[in-house]
Order: sequence, then C-alpha cells, then structure tokens
Amino acid sequence: MLKTLKRLVYLFTSVALLLSFETGAFAAKKSKTLKKTQKMGYVRCGVSQGLPGFSNADASGNWTGVDVDLCRAVAAATLGDSGKVKFYPLSAKERFTALTSGEIDVLSRNTTWTLSRDADIGLTFVGVNFYDGQGFMVRKSSGITSTSQFKSGISACTNIGTTTELNMRDFFNSKGIKYEPVAFEKADEVVAAYDAGRCDTYTTDKSGLAAQRTKLSKPDDHIVLPETISKEPLGPVVRQGDSVWEDIVRWSLNVMIEAEEYGITSANADSMKSSENPAIKRLVGAEGELGAAFGLDNDWSLRIIKQVGNYGESYKRNIADTGILPDRGPNQLWTKGGILYVPPAR
Amino acid sequence: MNHRLKNIIPQLLTLLFVLAVIGFFTINAQLNMDERGIDFGYGFLGQESSFDVQFSLIDYDGSHSYARAYLVGLLNTILVSVLGIIFCTIIGVIVGVARLSPNYLIRNTAAWYVEFFRNVPLLLQIFFWYYAALRALPLPENTEPLFGVTYLTVKGYYIPRLIWENFDILFYSILAAIISIVIIKNYAKKLQEEKGQQLPVFLISVSLLVILPALTLITGMVQLEVALPVLKQLSKTSFIYADGISVPPELLALVLALSLYTATFVAECVRAGIQGISKGQKEAAASVGLNPSQILKLVIMPQALRIIIPPTTNQYLNLTKNSSLAAAIAYPDLVLVFAGTALMQTGRAIEIVSITMLTYLSLSLSISILMNWYNKKIAIKEK
Repeated sequence: MLKTLKRLVYLFTSVALLLSFETGAFAAKKSKTLKKTQKMGYVRCGVSQGLPGFSNADASGNWTGVDVDLCRAVAAATLGDSGKVKFYPLSAKERFTALTSGEIDVLSRNTTWTLSRDADIGLTFVGVNFYDGQGFMVRKSSGITSTSQFKSGISACTNIGTTTELNMRDFFNSKGIKYEPVAFEKADEVVAAYDAGRCDTYTTDKSGLAAQRTKLSKPDDHIVLPETISKEPLGPVVRQGDSVWEDIVRWSLNVMIEAEEYGITSANADSMKSSENPAIKRLVGAEGELGAAFGLDNDWSLRIIKQVGNYGESYKRNIADTGILPDRGPNQLWTKGGILYVPPAR
Repeated sequence: MNHRLKNIIPQLLTLLFVLAVIGFFTINAQLNMDERGIDFGYGFLGQESSFDVQFSLIDYDGSHSYARAYLVGLLNTILVSVLGIIFCTIIGVIVGVARLSPNYLIRNTAAWYVEFFRNVPLLLQIFFWYYAALRALPLPENTEPLFGVTYLTVKGYYIPRLIWENFDILFYSILAAIISIVIIKNYAKKLQEEKGQQLPVFLISVSLLVILPALTLITGMVQLEVALPVLKQLSKTSFIYADGISVPPELLALVLALSLYTATFVAECVRAGIQGISKGQKEAAASVGLNPSQILKLVIMPQALRIIIPPTTNQYLNLTKNSSLAAAIAYPDLVLVFAGTALMQTGRAIEIVSITMLTYLSLSLSISILMNWYNKKIAIKEK
C-alpha cells in the first residue's frame, strides 16, 4: 500500500516537472498577456476621459483619436479585428494603478515618458506617438502675447497628477514669479474654472490646449502662447514583466509610422504585396516571418495598415481634419523635416 | 471547562480566519508587486515633492518633502472639517429650534430647507456652490467692498492681513483671562451652594476676555498693523488684490456646501432632542419659579443634549469624511494633495492609500473620542 502510494507520488512529480519544462519553454515565445487577450477576445485599453484628437468618445460611444488608433492597431494585430477593443476612460490619477494592477493591458492616454515613471513604478514605455510640449493659454483681451509678460500673483489652472504640475513649478521658479496653482482632477473641471475667470492662464500640453480650447464658451477669445516650456513625448505604456507583449505594442506603433514612410495606406496595402521593395513586402506580410517572433501570424502588420491605416492617415483623420493642430510640426516623418524615426521592421 | 472551550473555539476560529484573509491579501500583493518590479517602502516620504500647492496653512513649496505635503493636505482637511462642524452646528441648532416654532412661516421655511438640502446629493451641491454661485461673483476689478475692507471676487475672498508685534503677550493675556474665568466660575458655584447668592458669571467672563487683551493693545505692549487688500494689475484685463489674505473660492464653496448639507441632519437631531423631553418637565420647572431662559438652560437642554449628542457625532464624522469630495473642485485637501498628486508623482499606491486611510480613521476616532467624552459628561450620573 505504502509502496504504491510512493510510486504514485513519484509519477506525479515527474509528470508535473516535465509539464513545467514544456510550458516554461513555450512561455518564452508566447506572452501571458497575449494569451489572456486572445482568450478574452478583446484588448483592454486605458484612454483619457475625453481629449479631442487623442481619445474622445462621441454621443453613441464610438472612440476616436490617435491614442485610440494605437489600441485598435494592437487589436488588429493580435485578434484580427480592430474593433475588438474595450476602452477604459481613466483620469490622470488612476491611469498607472489601472495598468500595474492588471485592469488594463495597454495604456494609451497621452502619457509623458519620463525617467522616473519608466524606472520606478512597474511601467514600460514602448515609444512615442506624439511629440508635445507644455504651453499656456490666456484670454486675448488680457493683452498677453508671451510668457515674459506674466507677473507675480498669476493663477494657473491645470490637472493634478501630471508632469504639468512639476514643469509649471520649474518654469515659474526660474522666472521668479509667484503663482497660484489651481489643480483639478478632471480636464472638464479645469475648462469650466478657467472659463469662469477663476484663473488667468490654463496650462497643459499644447495639443491638449488646442483640443480643450474648442470646449470653451468662446474659443476665439483665447490664444495659446508661442512658448513651449517642456518636452512632452507622449506614448503608450505597458506593464513591466511581459517583454513579448511590450514588443507587440511597440511594433504596432512602429509599423504604422513605417507604413507612412513607405507610402503604404489602408487603401493600397493589398496591392503593395506585389511591390518590388522588400521592405514594403515585409510590412504587408508578403516576405519574411516577422509575426512569428511575437507568436502572431504573418499578416498582423497588414491588418494594422488595412484596418487602422498608417500614422499619417490617423493624424489627418483625428488631429488635422478636426482643426486641432493642422500643422504636424515635429510629428512629421524624419524624411519630411519632422522627428518621427522608427527602427526598421525586419 | 467544556463551557469555556465552547466559548473560546469559535472566537479562535474567527481570529484565524481573519488572519488568514489578511495574510492572503498581503502575500498576494507582495507576489504581484515582485512580479511587476514594484518595490514597497515609505522612504519616498523624505524625498523632495517638487510640486506646489495652492493653499497651505504652513510654510510649504515644492522644495519640501512629501511628508510635509502630507501635512499640508491633512491641515487643510482639518481646517475645512472644523469650519464645517462649527457652521453646521450653528445653522443646525437654529433650524432645529425653528422647526418647532409656533410661527407658521418660520416653521415651514425651516422644514423646506431641511427637505431640500438633505435630498440633493452633496457632490452636486458642491458643484453648484463652486460653479454656479461663485461664477456669478464679479472679477476683482469690478468688486464693491464688503464690510468696507474685504472683497468677494471670483478669484477668492480677500480680507485684510493682521500683522502683530509681540503676539505672545496677547496670547498670554487671553490665557490669563481664561484661567481667571475658570476660577471665578468655581467661586460662583461655591457661593451659590453655600449662601444662595448668584454672580453674573457670563457678564464677567465676556468683559475679562475683552478687557485683558485690550489692555495690552492700549498700553502699547502689543502692536497691530492692518495690511489692506490693494488692487494690483497683472495684465490689461487681469487683476488681483495683493497684500491682504486671499481665502480661495474652493474653500468657501466647500465649507458652504458641507455645512448647509450637514446642518439639515443636525437640525433633525436637535428637533428630536427637544421633542424627546416631556412637556411635564417644562411645566414642573415653571412651577418652581424658573424663568424661560433658566428652564431651557437648566432643565430642557441638559436632558435634550443626551438625545442630541450621539446622532450628531455621526454627522460630524460624516462631514469630515465627506470633505474628501474637495478633490472635485481643486481644494487641496489630503485626498487631492497626497492621495492625488503625490500618489501620481511617486506611483506608490499601496503606501499612500494606506496612510490616507489610517489618517481618516484616526481623524474620525479622535472626533468620536471627543464626543463620547462630552456625552459621558452630560449623561445622567447615577450615584
């Protein structure tokens, strides 16, 4: 009796050990987050609570914006359908906790890449999908045309929990100006308070200012000052500890930018399969085995381009055509005078 | 023996169960944090916070530590709670008594006030006072002075700043006045018990409190300068008042909303307390020759307070906890400064939320202890 029991124990342990080796080897190829996502059937994506051009829901609950498009690209690559995204609107304060606690798997919420965020709190930034900088908006009637006209006693409205609060302090301190920071939890509350005359200036990322200006009661009575007081590279973030998932999100973004570089659009993607250029052929899945490295099929990048479009299409659709920032500025390809430059997909 | 075991075993099992649950969550959190490369510790409290706060009772800017930012938030929470408790008590007592008024108009106005304010969600009321009521206020340059030297504007309530010289002497004079009032009160009690004489204690107390500090001012030991708010131009259309003290509109709106809301509940407690005293008490007191104010002070209130205090304690606790809604309108309380900005900048969710929870717990417990002590003091002392 005891002998059989012993044998059974041995048998179980050896089988268990074997199995664990098997799955161990397999896990190196396939990401846990990817597995979970494919099982659930949708990508869990954290976005803002409403920032036109980046992530904004319309009356019927359809999300649009460049940040939203990144999530759709990840869904197209991993699930085959760009519509299979569940959006989680998050405040600036909640966003990192939602990601590290596993409530969402991608955070694409106009989030500034900084050293302390990247290194400290269990996050990994995968790239930059919008180069921004902090600016100021004031009332035209104030006669202020430059930040050099700011005087001590000025009150500045902004959001809590953002790099804005820190930049603002650095800026005013370096100029020796005493200021009153009025920090709200939600962007809509900042807009309402600034509109009511509570503050002399509204400060946040310039793209944000351009977008929020449209929500003011009289947008034309306000101007965004020309100065930029900080670097704000905005990009998607993932949890630390799943490097394959990190790569999937990073290359979903890179593919969109590289597709624009090679002139591949959602309209001509299929016909590009017969292109002469091997770089283009790789991007549309007609050559090479790029998807295998992530545990994906070979059409993953083609689906991104076909269903979401390249970066230029996304920018035009969400930011330029909506009148937020018609000029692409630094967010232009490196070949056209901007700073968008991604490693080659090969 | 058997009986004792029966008592102990269920308690032991419950304790083990609670410990197991806590242990499970701790280990789970630890494993998850290890896996995601998040370390745990309170060392960040000593680091430079590098963000500024709009309104602070102590000296603070971004070069101070996170621990000091915590203190700033805590003091702001205490400030709004204390102000709220004072105002809700005053309004609550007045409205509670008014609800029992024989006058139809007063009685019904009070009833409508209570029904309206306690049935609208508090957050909405805070938004109303902040956005609707304050938005109606004028810009600083168009403001007519209120009480001659103060200005109520959309950017805040500007009041004169008092600059004291030798403030400590004034402080000691007030302290001396309070000590002598206590002595006089004891003496008056003794006099009443032994000889049946009554001293006008209230009148003496008030005059002591006024005369002693006034003396220090008149003799020139303490000097007071008043800095009036002066209109200052920042740009073509933007003005503020400089030199005075600016009470932020966020604080005004929050205190207003919290005290008006909580006062309705306090009013109901007061009404219940007064109605809980039988009519016979009042009639008996009148028949032994007490006048109406003595009846209220010596007979009705001591009994009514026993009914009023315990439920009112709950309302004070609610007010303190509700003050955390401040974050919605940018009043820099503990939740906004510490559980908001500091949490975001450091990313230390578990540490900061645990500190914040413990802080609210200790605040509430302190209020409870204080109110229980008061309740015990006024309770019937059985001999």
